[in-house]
Amino acid sequence: MRRLEPAAIGGVMSREVANFRTFWKSSAFSSVVEPVIYLLAFGLGLGATLVDDVDGVSYVEFVGTGMVATAVIFSSALPAMFGTFVKHRFQHTYDAILAAPVDVEELVSAEMLWIGIRSGLFGCFPLIVTMFFGLEPTPGMLLVPVFGTITALGFAGFGIAVAATVPKIDQFSYVTTLVITPLFLLAGTFFPIDQLPEWAQIAAQINPLHQLVVLVRDASLYGFESVDLIRLGVLVAFALVMWRIAISRMTRCLID
Amino acid sequence: MAAIELQDVYKRFGPIHAVNGLDLDVPRGICLGLLGPNGAGKSTTMRLLTAQAIADAGTLRVLGYELPGQAKEARARMGVVPQLDNLDVDVTVEDNLKVFARLYRVGDVPAAVDRALALARLGDRRHAAVDELSGGMRRRMLIARGLVHDPELLLLDEPTVGLDPQIRAEVWSLIDAQRAAGKTILMSTHYIEEAERLADEVALMAEGRVVARGRPAELIGRHAGSETAEVYGPPERLAEVRSRAEAGGLTVRPAGPAIAIIGSERSANGELPPDAVRRPASLEDVFVLLTGEELE
Repeated sequence: MRRLEPAAIGGVMSREVANFRTFWKSSAFSSVVEPVIYLLAFGLGLGATLVDDVDGVSYVEFVGTGMVATAVIFSSALPAMFGTFVKHRFQHTYDAILAAPVDVEELVSAEMLWIGIRSGLFGCFPLIVTMFFGLEPTPGMLLVPVFGTITALGFAGFGIAVAATVPKIDQFSYVTTLVITPLFLLAGTFFPIDQLPEWAQIAAQINPLHQLVVLVRDASLYGFESVDLIRLGVLVAFALVMWRIAISRMTRCLID
Repeated sequence: MAAIELQDVYKRFGPIHAVNGLDLDVPRGICLGLLGPNGAGKSTTMRLLTAQAIADAGTLRVLGYELPGQAKEARARMGVVPQLDNLDVDVTVEDNLKVFARLYRVGDVPAAVDRALALARLGDRRHAAVDELSGGMRRRMLIARGLVHDPELLLLDEPTVGLDPQIRAEVWSLIDAQRAAGKTILMSTHYIEEAERLADEVALMAEGRVVARGRPAELIGRHAGSETAEVYGPPERLAEVRSRAEAGGLTVRPAGPAIAIIGSERSANGELPPDAVRRPASLEDVFVLLTGEELE
């Protein structure tokens, strides 16, 4: 049997779909309501009192488009971390799957794909919500799910690799505090990064979330530039690197 | 060609030799019971057979496929029933089976699911979430999942561990039906009765290797004779009986609150007290003799 068989990947994803059908309402609810809360708190709150236009657009539009990245990281990295850890350590789901003709590479690829596609779609919710606050639809927005999915693939791989590395679930708090929160804050979601110190601006350039924020804003507000191809390339590279790291970590974790 | 061929297999976890020079072959069409206490290497052997553990040394062939290189091909034709319940509890019985039918590349998924449900007598619970099933139903469901693709070889890892006697009997009848249907079965267990009832042959495992192999009756006759005598009493008296029996060349082992004198049919006058309870020799006698371990 060859590597990365579509039947194996599809089979693992069908398990995720079967499980998702049992909790999609709560998951979709939080994906829709959370951006509304953020938009009300930051977009309307700050926009009405402290901040006028930012980079030539209203603060609601600025935050609403940036929130796509927030939705993507929180619906990919965190479910990948917790979901993988629970399925491996508590539910022993992977033991069952790996007893079938599925290898670790296919398992990890399927898990990443499922999380990536789901997060790519969830990432669109803030954009849709922002339209109710005045954001005009543009053809470029059709690419937002693609950008979101590619970024989410990377963060899904990151989450899976973390879950395969930490010995205890409590240790996820180090990762969320030291990695995910800084990435989220340095993405340029709530303020333009050119107002940050130089070191933070450099750090933001290697932050995949910042690349996603810029791509989404270009798709929705400013129009694409040639440099966006490089940004997309960075996201693809991030996803590929995380994919291989996740496979390597999970192989060490699942195969004795 | 045997369904399973293991030659001189070693697997270490740090300082622990989980599998230590294991030779094991399982001919097609038989149920082999892998009997041993906890830590004997049974579960590691099962994981080696699915390539979820990779041997440090030795040759492993399953259904003609070399492991670990051709593990996927081998796994496609074998079914595995794990010791731990790892069903998706929020998902329906039917959907659990559908997922595994797809993982095993079954052509007609609905037909395979219907067949597995009928086999496990769960047809009327197909739309129930696994969480709503009783313990016995869940165990039958695990077996149905392992059989959804109609495999040639079935690996059962402690299939009735932790179950009450009634549910255990239900599971035994399900396994026995598979044995009668001609499937090759490798079943690890630490329950003597389970091995005696279901296995055509038993391989006794201790410290990572097989220490005896044969049909249960053959093993008993070869190693424990025909009769065992159990003597109950206070420790001082048991020590006295033991020393008299051993002086007469008999083997004695502890048996809970009693001592068991193996091969008591060979005893001469005076070696057995009159209140000794005589019973047929058992597989447990053989195991304790060969390994020094007590079994459940």
